[in-house]
Amino acid sequence: MIDPQMFQLVCFYAFAAVTVIAALSVITLRNSVHAVLALVLTFFSTACIWMLAEAEFLAIALIVVYVGAVMVLFLFVVMMLDIDQEKLREGFVKYLPVGLIVAIAMLVEMLGLIGVRVMHAQTMGENPATAAGLSNTAWLGMALYSQYLLPFEIAALILTVGVIAAVALTLRQRTGIRHQQASEQVAVKASERVRIVKMAAERPADSESAPAQESKP
Amino acid sequence: MITLSHYIVLGAILFCISVAGLFINRKNVIVLLMAIELMLLAVNINFVAFSRFNHDVAGQVFVFFILTVAAAESAIGLAILVLLFRNRSTVNVAEIDSMKG
Repeated sequence: MIDPQMFQLVCFYAFAAVTVIAALSVITLRNSVHAVLALVLTFFSTACIWMLAEAEFLAIALIVVYVGAVMVLFLFVVMMLDIDQEKLREGFVKYLPVGLIVAIAMLVEMLGLIGVRVMHAQTMGENPATAAGLSNTAWLGMALYSQYLLPFEIAALILTVGVIAAVALTLRQRTGIRHQQASEQVAVKASERVRIVKMAAERPADSESAPAQESKP
Repeated sequence: MITLSHYIVLGAILFCISVAGLFINRKNVIVLLMAIELMLLAVNINFVAFSRFNHDVAGQVFVFFILTVAAAESAIGLAILVLLFRNRSTVNVAEIDSMKG
């Protein structure tokens, strides 16, 4: 029988390994489309790691929002632009040592800081949501809609500003093109569209002889 | 048994990978944007871990807001990128120097 704690640890290491390898391939892959797909894998395995931490709502939100929307947007843009891959790779080897040195130095510093705390390593303990008798989503929602209501509204405002800014930036106004003018179409009156002409339903009797008179030379 | 330091070390590794990515891909704007997304993800891992281990809901609420802001940021960033490519036909940072910065 496998110990569940041990199984959790094995799962964590597996997901963490996938995350790190995918993140490394994001920054090293030659083709931008492949890099975006590697980023999708990174997000997915991170969502699995969040599941292990029992943050179910955020894990699913990460997949829906990031993999479903943001990464698809990235893919659209990368495939739409015709990019010369070789030219953009020019400085890769030149800056590789600098990047590695900075990254490794930062990692050593961070691990040094974390290592201080390892001696009293904290274990996960009971899930606070279950302790409160709620699911993770309900637990998060309770806080979000009461204590953090104003930041929540501001987040909605930021998204609206983002939509408007993205549309305003990419909207292209061409000159010399005949546009449909919806406001004028809506504001039109019936009297401008149809002109009713009053006339007699039958011709007067004497007008019938008129063409005959005209045909005379 | 998973401890808090497991999560923090993973976050630190991801953050350093994205910093290295910013250095070695300094010409391609698309990869730069992706490295920023990776950096935000590393921070989010730390937030989720601290929230779970310290039994505090504030960390997960903050991750929610970071996700919102990051989505708006990447939408505007990609819009700027499309605009840049339309006007200059390149996404090379080295060639975009009209402001002489």
